[in-house]
Amino acid sequence: MTTRLVPRAKAARFATLFVNGLSRTMRRGEGTVAGGRVGLHIDPQLLRHLSADRTIVAVSGTNGKTTTSALLRAALGDAVGGNVTGANMPAGHVAALASSSAMQFVLEVDEAWLPHVVRESTPRVVCLLNLSRDQLDRASEVRQIAERWRSMASEALATAFVANASDPLIVDALSAASNVTWVSVPSSWHADSLSCPRCTAPLRFGDRWECSCGLVEPLAAWRIDAQGSISTNGETIAVALSLPGLFNRVNAAFALAACQSLGLSVAEAASRLASLETVQGRYGIRRFGNRQVRLLLAKNPAGVAALLDEAGTLSPDVWVSINAQVADGKDPSWLYDAPFERLVGHNVSCLGERRLDLATRLEVDGIASRVVDDAAHLDGAGPLVTIIANYTAFQSWMRETTPW
Amino acid sequence: MVTIALLYPELLGTYGDGGNARVLARRANARGIATSVVSVGTDDPLPDADIYLLGGGEDGPQRFACEALRRSDFTDRVAAGATVLAVCAGLQILGESFCVEGNDAYAGLGVVDAVTERGTPRAVGDLRVSVNGRPLIGFENHGGRTTLRSTAPLGVVEFGVGNDGAVDGFRHRNVFATYAHGPVLAINPWFADELLTTALGVALAPLHSVADELYAERCRVVAPR
Repeated sequence: MTTRLVPRAKAARFATLFVNGLSRTMRRGEGTVAGGRVGLHIDPQLLRHLSADRTIVAVSGTNGKTTTSALLRAALGDAVGGNVTGANMPAGHVAALASSSAMQFVLEVDEAWLPHVVRESTPRVVCLLNLSRDQLDRASEVRQIAERWRSMASEALATAFVANASDPLIVDALSAASNVTWVSVPSSWHADSLSCPRCTAPLRFGDRWECSCGLVEPLAAWRIDAQGSISTNGETIAVALSLPGLFNRVNAAFALAACQSLGLSVAEAASRLASLETVQGRYGIRRFGNRQVRLLLAKNPAGVAALLDEAGTLSPDVWVSINAQVADGKDPSWLYDAPFERLVGHNVSCLGERRLDLATRLEVDGIASRVVDDAAHLDGAGPLVTIIANYTAFQSWMRETTPW
Repeated sequence: MVTIALLYPELLGTYGDGGNARVLARRANARGIATSVVSVGTDDPLPDADIYLLGGGEDGPQRFACEALRRSDFTDRVAAGATVLAVCAGLQILGESFCVEGNDAYAGLGVVDAVTERGTPRAVGDLRVSVNGRPLIGFENHGGRTTLRSTAPLGVVEFGVGNDGAVDGFRHRNVFATYAHGPVLAINPWFADELLTTALGVALAPLHSVADELYAERCRVVAPR
């Protein structure tokens, strides 16, 4: 496909690959972002050029985009590419596209960058999973992102959207979109959309949510019930997953709905999902010293709510590791919006730079915990431990552990 | 019995504001005082509460919450001595005017003579305020610059921006207002106790908890500039 590129894009693609190769050789990183930046500098339209002639599926939302992208790649079979290291802004996208000849590509996209990426790459399908609070201190507030999605949806006429009908912000943002497959999701998380995104009046939540201004939950073609059963237009789909949790059944439903929008067999796609057992270190069993641990990422209230929906299925020992670096958001206030009280009955240890904030948060709901200053004290033998960590804390746990 | 009213959490709850109600309840319970936390919706009349909590919110919800309070008897309750904690958007609502959705001034409740205008850059980061010599530590995230005429500020800014870079919040009758948002009462146990003491009119026994360690750590980390 490179033969079709204009000379400038060819040079930019070469520079992207060269810099990333160099960065990998020098062990300066996974080599996904630096080269992409150089490539975009040489050809600002590189993303457009590398996407032309390929079938692009974009996945965005506050939570679940990495896992949904991985499920979608699994569902699509062998010849599919993606930004698999999680670099989800344009530099990461062009790096992944430049290094692959796959004609089908799944792009995980940062919410704020999505309108730009959609404009440049003209995806066949865009999955919009959810919108909730994440890193409030540095990202625009969630409603501003919804506003940008609104103009995106009115312009992307060639794109089919697969979108969350249970999320009022997304429904309002897509009011001008012509081609939407709605997915109805069981969720206990409404705290970011209690007031109507259109008129700010409080929403009413029943079987479907609605507002006095007329904004109402659309009828969904896809539905996940509270037990995790997935159906489309009333017909139940057999879906076996290796990934745990109701929220991953929701992610799987989005992946299957996207396959359906691409004209593929849903049953065939569904049969491939169980092959996915771990996503960038999450969910699978890892080794920490002599101990088995399972790493889970939760970086905002909705993410914690999803993980702790089924707190009873977690191991008795739970370590929660919280940082507040720039990438995490410097403001840990969100701990009070996350339902950590569901950890009652577990042996909870608080780790990370903001372990005292976490221990105080737990104490407010009467949960006694252990504050651990140095995780190295915990690596002795013992039963399986679940580790819940936010973004940079998760990265340091990835360095501290190895696959079992 | 202490009744704590959490006002309009569906509108004013952007930054963990519900945590403040739970902290007050917990600290009262630990002293053997029964509590009741009431969430108040915009269609509900205000309950008879000992402490009213107003949290932070985005522009649209802030305007909506202001209108709900204007329809209620909130200002009468303040005049009658109700104890109130108002944070961020809640602080701005109690003034004469504030800006939402651009630079248009919007009429507040006029409980105090505070005027909030749009300020740049947005104030985002740690906030440290000296309240009668005691550090109050929190995190602020707002685009307002608040000017007080005769109302006393809550304290003097030692790090961060607060109202205007010099002082933060205000104190009027039994109303405490600050830009330190979210779980400010969790981080500052003394401030939670001051609210309880104001509302109950009785001194409280000391209470030790892990929050004391958090407060000490944050005082060290967020040092006066």
